[in-house]
Amino acid sequence: MLHLRPRGTHWLPEPVRRVLTFWRRSIQARVVVSTVLLSVAVISVVGWYLLQQVQDGLLDHRVDAAIAEANDETAETRDRLEAVPGTEADVASQKADLVDPIIERGATRGFYVVLAGPAGPNGRIADGGVNSSPLLDTSSVPISLEEHFDEEAPTAWTYTTIRTTDAEGVTTSSRGIVVGAQVLLPADAQTYTLYYLFPLDEQEETMALVTRALLTAAVLLVVLVAGMTWLVTRQVVTPIRMARRVAERLAAGQLQERLRVSGEDDLARLATSFNQMASNLQRQIRQLEELSRVQRRFVSDVSHELRTPLTTVRMAGDVLHDARSDFDPTTARAAELLQTELDRFETLLVDLLEISRFDAGAAVLELDDINLVDVAHRIVDATRPLARSRNVEVVVQAPGHPCLAEADVRRVERVVRNLVTNAIDHTGTERAGGDIVVLVAGDDHAAAIAVRDYGIGLAPGEAAMVFNRFWRADPARARTTGGTGLGLSISLEDTHLHGGWLQAWGRPGEGAQFRLTLPRRAGAVLRHSPLPLVPTDVTEPVT
Amino acid sequence: MSEPAGAPSGPPIDQSTKGRILVVDDDASLAEMLTIVLRQEGFESRMVTRGDEAVDAFRTYRPDLVLLDLMLPGKDGIDVCKEIRAESGVPIVMLTAKGDTVDVVVGLESGADDYVVKPFKPKELVARIRARIRRFDAPTQESLTIGDLAIDVAGHAVARAGVPISLTPLEFDLLVCLARKPWQVFTREVLLEQVWGYRHAADTRLVNVHVQRLRSKVEHDPESPEIVVTVRGVGYKAGMV
Repeated sequence: MLHLRPRGTHWLPEPVRRVLTFWRRSIQARVVVSTVLLSVAVISVVGWYLLQQVQDGLLDHRVDAAIAEANDETAETRDRLEAVPGTEADVASQKADLVDPIIERGATRGFYVVLAGPAGPNGRIADGGVNSSPLLDTSSVPISLEEHFDEEAPTAWTYTTIRTTDAEGVTTSSRGIVVGAQVLLPADAQTYTLYYLFPLDEQEETMALVTRALLTAAVLLVVLVAGMTWLVTRQVVTPIRMARRVAERLAAGQLQERLRVSGEDDLARLATSFNQMASNLQRQIRQLEELSRVQRRFVSDVSHELRTPLTTVRMAGDVLHDARSDFDPTTARAAELLQTELDRFETLLVDLLEISRFDAGAAVLELDDINLVDVAHRIVDATRPLARSRNVEVVVQAPGHPCLAEADVRRVERVVRNLVTNAIDHTGTERAGGDIVVLVAGDDHAAAIAVRDYGIGLAPGEAAMVFNRFWRADPARARTTGGTGLGLSISLEDTHLHGGWLQAWGRPGEGAQFRLTLPRRAGAVLRHSPLPLVPTDVTEPVT
Repeated sequence: MSEPAGAPSGPPIDQSTKGRILVVDDDASLAEMLTIVLRQEGFESRMVTRGDEAVDAFRTYRPDLVLLDLMLPGKDGIDVCKEIRAESGVPIVMLTAKGDTVDVVVGLESGADDYVVKPFKPKELVARIRARIRRFDAPTQESLTIGDLAIDVAGHAVARAGVPISLTPLEFDLLVCLARKPWQVFTREVLLEQVWGYRHAADTRLVNVHVQRLRSKVEHDPESPEIVVTVRGVGYKAGMV
């Protein structure tokens, strides 16, 4: 149940992925966007609060004024009604007398009036018989307020929507306040309700103005914040990007690259430290290069100085060795020992010089397309005398087609020769298993040679140690075999030079297998080998 | 050029010896040891320990082969090699303490036919000397063509449209080997065996360098060879032109 989620963002469409990549890579974009988001949030909250405050203030003020005006009108109306002689009994004309002056005043002062009643559940405005300002849609008085005045009640107010219909029949609606107050009509001794409707147009306009101003201010503020953040991050990010570019160039080997230092701020100090680091690195690399050059020179000199006398000794030894039949037995034996030890000394010297060349990084490849099948046959032919002397047979198992790799034929042959002679050495004369098999295989990406022997094998953990310098599987036995102890180390270095693999497998009593894998093209990265490391004839032990 | 390269040089070989060898090495013990071994093998030899004396000794001694150390006092072995090569096609075998690619290639490019890395086995050295000197014998009456070149095998001469081209004996042998079987692709190993006379020689760089030297003399454009053609991944063959 692991790894069910797809790794990475391969499943996203291309533009989205590009945006995501930009987002991941650009500190500047992230800082600017998050700052803008945050300031938008803060500005929204502040703006909303401000608007609420202004609106509340405006409305409170307007409501106070409206109620005061309504009270004034009502009081004046009451006075007028009290002054009317008690004999007057025409309800309709009294209502008109009552309300007309108010309507007139309302028209000039900007409010509408409705006179409804008599109070009680049967005297709804909608039932008709009301006196009201012209053009006003009487349904602007909310039912809830009407119900409030079913009983006798003091002055009350509420918000409403005022609908008016002008002369052309166009209906407009606007927010407003409706204030209700009751008066007693002497004509029928009933209570009527006067509704004053005050439109809030002025306040609405003020609110719209305030809102527009606040919005403009908010947008400008956000743009300002974004711009400032962008500028500030740019000042920080630009030197960082420059440092990145310089670091990349340093890493690519252009050691003389430096950052430009201007000023004394943190970034300038960063640049100074960076430059110091680069200078130190450059100095140390120069030192190492110098050391390596000295080392190479030394190896070369030692090589020359040691080899010339060794050649003379070697030739003298040969002359003595050839003439040993003329000596007495002791001297003859001495000449023989001299000869064999000179051989050992020589191979050891050659191997040591080769290793120090690798250590100095002085080894270079001479690349060519080589066929590993040919290499295998050549090496097996060349090592046949040694194999015969050990009573071992070496066979090549190769496919019918060439197994090509771009490699240095001299080094590859040295590796394979080493593996084959090693296999012969470790098979020994008391072998039980069978012949040494040299397997060859290749495909479009890699070519491989594996050398399988059925000798004493390798103990667990030894497969990694066989490539160590002067490592010997069995110190007691080692001295009888010819190797210098450097052969596999050199082979490993040769293989690494090609970007290849050299690996060992072995099990006590079941023999060993060494596998060399080379990439088809020099420098290509190896991902697999055409041959298995563990031989196919081995059964895995049940663990 | 005192004489056409490729023609037998020097006075007739003294029949009592197998050949005369000039040993140029700054190490007196090694030079003396070399003369001992060479005398045992039936060669006559003379030793020179300084580079600046080597060319004069070469002119007076007229050897059949030069054994040349690369590090010499007085004059560098590479320069000595170039000067001798400018005068004669006599086989030159380098003695070098450095088996490194660069040294060997520089030596071969300056005109040496072969090289032996110290410390060498005396028998190996003698085998190589024999292989080089043997090239002078057994001429056959034969004329070959390769591309627009005419080869007179017996006369050791190569000419293009009647104009002779001077080749060293080794370069000549290499060209003849390819020209004799124009249909065949020669691997570097086969060429080493047929031209240098080695059975299990390890170093195919010898072939690469000599093919380049040969091309620089016989090709119209060494960058795009037509006489000696590379068969990628296999070796070389004669051009079809």
